[in-house]
Amino acid sequence: MTSSGLLERHLAFLEALRGAGLPVSLAEDLDAVAALGALPWDERATVREAYAATLVKKPSLRPTFDALFDLYFPRMVGDGVGRDQDGADEAGVGDSGPALAAFREQLLDALTQGDQEALQRLAAEMVGRFGAMPGRGPGLSSWSAYTALRRVAPSQLVDKIVAGLLAQGRTDEEAQRVAGRRVGGLTAMVEGDARRRIAEEKGPDHVADVAVRPSIDRLDFLQARRSDLEGMRREIYPLARRLATRLTQEHHARRRGPLDFRRTVRASLSTGGVPLTTHHRPKRPHRTELVVLCDVSGSVANFAQFTLLLVFALRDQFQNLRAFTFIDHVHEVTHHFRPGADVAEVMADLAASTSHAALWGRTSYGRAFTKFAEEHGDALGPKSSLLVLGDARSNYSDLALDSLREMAGRARHAWWLNPEHRRHWDTGDSAARAYGEVVPMVECRNLTQLTEFVHDIL
Amino acid sequence: MTSWFASPADAAYRLGEAGYLADRATATTAYLAGALEKPLLVEGPAGVGKTELAKAVARATGAELVRLQCYEGLDEARALYEWNYKKQLLRIQASQGTDQAWDETHDDIFTDEFLLTRPLLTAIRRAEPTVLLIDEVDKTDVEVEGLLLEVLSDFQVTIPELGTVVAVRRPFVVLTSNASRELSEAVKRRCLFLHLDYPDAEREREIVSSQVPDLEDRLAEQLVATVGRLRELELKKAPSIAESVDWARTLLALEIHDLDDKAVDDTLGVVLKHSSDQDRAVRELRLRR
Repeated sequence: MTSSGLLERHLAFLEALRGAGLPVSLAEDLDAVAALGALPWDERATVREAYAATLVKKPSLRPTFDALFDLYFPRMVGDGVGRDQDGADEAGVGDSGPALAAFREQLLDALTQGDQEALQRLAAEMVGRFGAMPGRGPGLSSWSAYTALRRVAPSQLVDKIVAGLLAQGRTDEEAQRVAGRRVGGLTAMVEGDARRRIAEEKGPDHVADVAVRPSIDRLDFLQARRSDLEGMRREIYPLARRLATRLTQEHHARRRGPLDFRRTVRASLSTGGVPLTTHHRPKRPHRTELVVLCDVSGSVANFAQFTLLLVFALRDQFQNLRAFTFIDHVHEVTHHFRPGADVAEVMADLAASTSHAALWGRTSYGRAFTKFAEEHGDALGPKSSLLVLGDARSNYSDLALDSLREMAGRARHAWWLNPEHRRHWDTGDSAARAYGEVVPMVECRNLTQLTEFVHDIL
Repeated sequence: MTSWFASPADAAYRLGEAGYLADRATATTAYLAGALEKPLLVEGPAGVGKTELAKAVARATGAELVRLQCYEGLDEARALYEWNYKKQLLRIQASQGTDQAWDETHDDIFTDEFLLTRPLLTAIRRAEPTVLLIDEVDKTDVEVEGLLLEVLSDFQVTIPELGTVVAVRRPFVVLTSNASRELSEAVKRRCLFLHLDYPDAEREREIVSSQVPDLEDRLAEQLVATVGRLRELELKKAPSIAESVDWARTLLALEIHDLDDKAVDDTLGVVLKHSSDQDRAVRELRLRR
């Protein structure tokens, strides 16, 4: 194995996985080697599955793994063997007007059919033909997924794909969703292929460091793309379920209440009066009331929605729950979260109600807090916890620190979740420190941090 | 020591013979679990065939299935072994009239005769091929995972009074989990990992047809396509393979030969178990005009 350079590649691959945040231990490393030893090598897919089975123990990390696997064990080299079959480009004139039109035709077909293999092939061709950035010497040329995507513009094909899908008998919403997802998938393939080609020139280590996107639960709320948002939304309910189970279990672990004398004695009858096991009365859990106050202005809307959804998915854990959204005016949204309500619908309702939260259209924390204290002050009491969500960017307006101080004073606990990186706090119009002195401020940029926080306050 | 499967292809073939259509990832991982003698942790949504995989391995290799169903509150006494206290008490009481020394009695009551073996110990002590299924491992308390560690890494169990029992023959261990709780790193490190998800349309059609052979091909195709469309909606509980199969049986029982919108609407309760999901499906698929 040493002479062929495979061991080096294996080790570099593992290093890259660790760098991308996968916890790969030495034991798993050895397992992977053993697994490869037990397998035939002739099929790339088998090798991939063997690596995945031994190294990836969390489904959310699988996309990261796949991206890195494609880098270190590429599907093909260069343009692959299919190049001369196209016959289109002699001497690199693949990128001409008619060629582009013809290519888009093919792409439209593949997207409408959802043919994954054809899409994979077309993505490679697309980067090779429309994303090449020729350099002056060997090793200087590069490929850009961005350029390729801008030239071919698959997002402009969406309407045609939708039309094609409607012809296949899908309904309108369905067609829209499927089309969006397929274009998103194509984008990911193109990016993957550009990474592969760059890695070929510059070595995979170079690319692995900079180009692999973080897994969905570590992705910043503020940097997520549309396709990511959908994935995150799908994560919310499983996440809430996991969190609720964990909380229940932890409460149970601390549950041993006072001794239940009758049950213990009754159980001892079967062992001749020797009390082998003791029984205890269950402890009553204590539950808090939660008041969520949520900035829904454009910049932090995604973050607000995810946090609201997660909190509401966990509503069994609270005695009472009220939610308010604001931009410069406060609006109660509790009624949108009916038990058993549909996630997508709730999101739509929330988006629609954004308009109620704005009277003037510019974020003003000060005015919102003052309004809240005036109109909904009774929501806060000695049993309730206050949770403020927002980036604390108030357009240089009055901060109304006194109102917030009064609100925090009336509640039992108060926290502020800020979706911005800590290093951006207090830059520009951010009043993070001023507010942070009144209410403890916590950085919350992704689903993992959000889960940790919710777990800690409960 | 015999190996379980000869190659991934062999695994796929023999699992298929046993009525389980495995995709490439499943076959490869099942083969590796046998070849490396490592436990296999299978995770995924409910109803995609995690438990069924363990049963199929047992059927395909002619091994006996030993099953440990996990639940909240499962403890050592239910998972590993337990001393038969009542019998021990009887033994002590019986010896009181005689002049047998206490030491002898003491040695006597901690022997095999008074040991009640539970699934984990049973699986380890068996000399014949055994598939050990530890079902829904995420339902247990965290302490039970500690208990599993010794079994999973060394295939041995330590009983203070008897000493260490080492596996005569390593069982094929399958752990299943719905991921309702994150398992500890220690358990995951000792296992191979397989994430089972909903199958693609082609494979699902094969599964449905093999489970419900009387179903017409065209109907099976319609059914699988509809289930695929339902899974694309944002539902609380997407329909699983088990529910597709149930649906196929329902259609057969109701003698429905064409899965049109009305038929879907009438039988939707078989596949969607939340009323909000049903409302959503009716609306998005335009079932009622």
